[in-house]
Amino acid sequence: MDAQHLVNLAYLVAAVLFIFDLKWMAHPRTAVRGNRAGALGMLIAVIATLCSPAFQEYSTAGIGWTYILIGLGVGAAIGAFAALRIKMTSMPELVGLFNGFGGAASILVAAAAIMAAVSSDYFTLRQGPLAADDEARILQMQIATVVTALIGSVTLFGSFVAFGKLAEFLAVKWKLHTWQKLVKYGFMAAVIGGGVAYVATFGFGLYTAVVLVSAVLMCVVLNAKSDSFPGLKALKMVSLLGSLLLCVIVVLHADMREDVLVTIGKPPLIQDFSAFWALVAVAGLLGVCLTFSIGGADMPVVIALLNSYSGLAAAATGFVINNNVLIISGALVGASGIILTNIMCKAMNRSLANVMFAKLGPTSDTPDAEEVYKNVKVTSADEIAMMLETCERVVIVPGYGMAVAQAQHAVRDFASLIHEKYGCEVEYSVHPVAGRMPGHMNVLLAEANVPYEQLKEMDETNGTIEQADMVLVVGANDVVNPVARTDPTSAIAGMPIIDVDRARTVVVIKRSLSPGFAGIPNPLFAMDNALMFFNDGKDAFVQIIEAIKES
Amino acid sequence: MEVLIMLLTIFVLAILVGFEVITKVPPTLHTPLMSGSNAISGIAIVGALLAAGTIGPAYPTAAKVLGTIALVFATVNVVGGFLVTDRMLRMFRKR
Repeated sequence: MDAQHLVNLAYLVAAVLFIFDLKWMAHPRTAVRGNRAGALGMLIAVIATLCSPAFQEYSTAGIGWTYILIGLGVGAAIGAFAALRIKMTSMPELVGLFNGFGGAASILVAAAAIMAAVSSDYFTLRQGPLAADDEARILQMQIATVVTALIGSVTLFGSFVAFGKLAEFLAVKWKLHTWQKLVKYGFMAAVIGGGVAYVATFGFGLYTAVVLVSAVLMCVVLNAKSDSFPGLKALKMVSLLGSLLLCVIVVLHADMREDVLVTIGKPPLIQDFSAFWALVAVAGLLGVCLTFSIGGADMPVVIALLNSYSGLAAAATGFVINNNVLIISGALVGASGIILTNIMCKAMNRSLANVMFAKLGPTSDTPDAEEVYKNVKVTSADEIAMMLETCERVVIVPGYGMAVAQAQHAVRDFASLIHEKYGCEVEYSVHPVAGRMPGHMNVLLAEANVPYEQLKEMDETNGTIEQADMVLVVGANDVVNPVARTDPTSAIAGMPIIDVDRARTVVVIKRSLSPGFAGIPNPLFAMDNALMFFNDGKDAFVQIIEAIKES
Repeated sequence: MEVLIMLLTIFVLAILVGFEVITKVPPTLHTPLMSGSNAISGIAIVGALLAAGTIGPAYPTAAKVLGTIALVFATVNVVGGFLVTDRMLRMFRKR
């Protein structure tokens, strides 16, 4: 057993620890331990790498500590600073940003690896023709590099756009149509341009002509209207995959020509990485386009999807550098992101394609807001306090508005007060897509010391909500809109909602009657058992607390 | 080819393990799950270390520089990810 075997065994230990990390995430009691197990796994992987004989491949001099220490030091300082200073309400931004960093790291590692592999001296070091094994290895490396560049770049640029939107410095709202066109034509141009570049590089022959013609054909198919004839959708999918394959071919061959592979020792023609970086740029543009038109309540889906991509990019990098632990960890993260994406889409009763490309909004037969809100009743803090005296069971439904108003501490104070004074049982009903990322509301409430047992899932509370004496909706709108159940033509038809309208009394704390993300009016506000308390989320609870204390 | 197939096997099995393990995580913990898994995806740090730390006249400087930048990104991901997850999870645990 040589040193590399020991390193690989250490990687195995790290991978197992990562799996336990995720396994222990299943319960808050074990989750802290799980996360630390993951951190330990990472430490083991890093130490094992630093002991790896792979460093000796080019020189027996050892390790270049300077760059390593600079990289680790700068990274650790930034990471620790961000992690310890970030506010819990800004968690979606941070996670979005970190997703992007994962993508960036993957691209750069793959790029560095392929640069090292094709550097001329590397080949002259190994005299003689390449064995079949080496050729297969090089091919695997190239394909994986292209895949890494694609996924990693979409992740990187997509995440930065998502971050910008969440941090609200990217508030530009382009019409979706413009973006779709831009993607479509840009993609076409890239595919045809790639084909032409390919022919230009290798001369006109049968093989290159086929590549060029198929590039043009695929663009035509992709550009055709989807309902021209049956089966076109499937054809489009095939074309899309085909064009990806094409870009693999083009990028590969620009990097490394076959004659270089077989004639080792000759000065190579493969120092040109422009195709690789062009691919990164195109994929980055794709990432920007994908995320640019998505906003607001659809953000959880995007964040979860990018989370998945950051994992898949790491896994693809694992294929580039032949490393198990990267592949396993990347696959775990990829799976996690896919599951979360799926959960988010289900919680909105929409497909992923619908979230990414379709516009959510009022349909032609959406009732007029003024008509819907004719019978809205307005209440006050004093009235709410009075009603609470007789309440036994109170359910609080938080939404993104609670995060914006930073109301979580006031909500928590309110809950403990009514529990002490009136003996109310309080629980929180959290919709899966409430907030800007999966589980956003739960983190905020946990920050405000709300006990874990009081945080209920939508399905749990829906079963018992009829026994609730009062439901307080704070900063949520679409997720409590009964139209989802009643009107099959509505934009949110079929979306699972929290059935607050079935409770005895519903108090909606909201600054105005403005619509939520879906842009449709909410008949809940005008129901007989509903009362509106127009106020900022935090002020509302502060006032109610005062009113209760005075009574 | 054998190596590739072996790696693919590992990849597919790991995805299946991931599905199995992660479906059990309750929605309440989805945010820490994301930031935690994000930290794990910082495993690219392994590749970044190799790319940044390899020396020798035959090793291209460009690769070294790219590796170092990658190392910064990956370390931010790892350190930041695990720390912030720990911070969040401790909030869930208390009381």
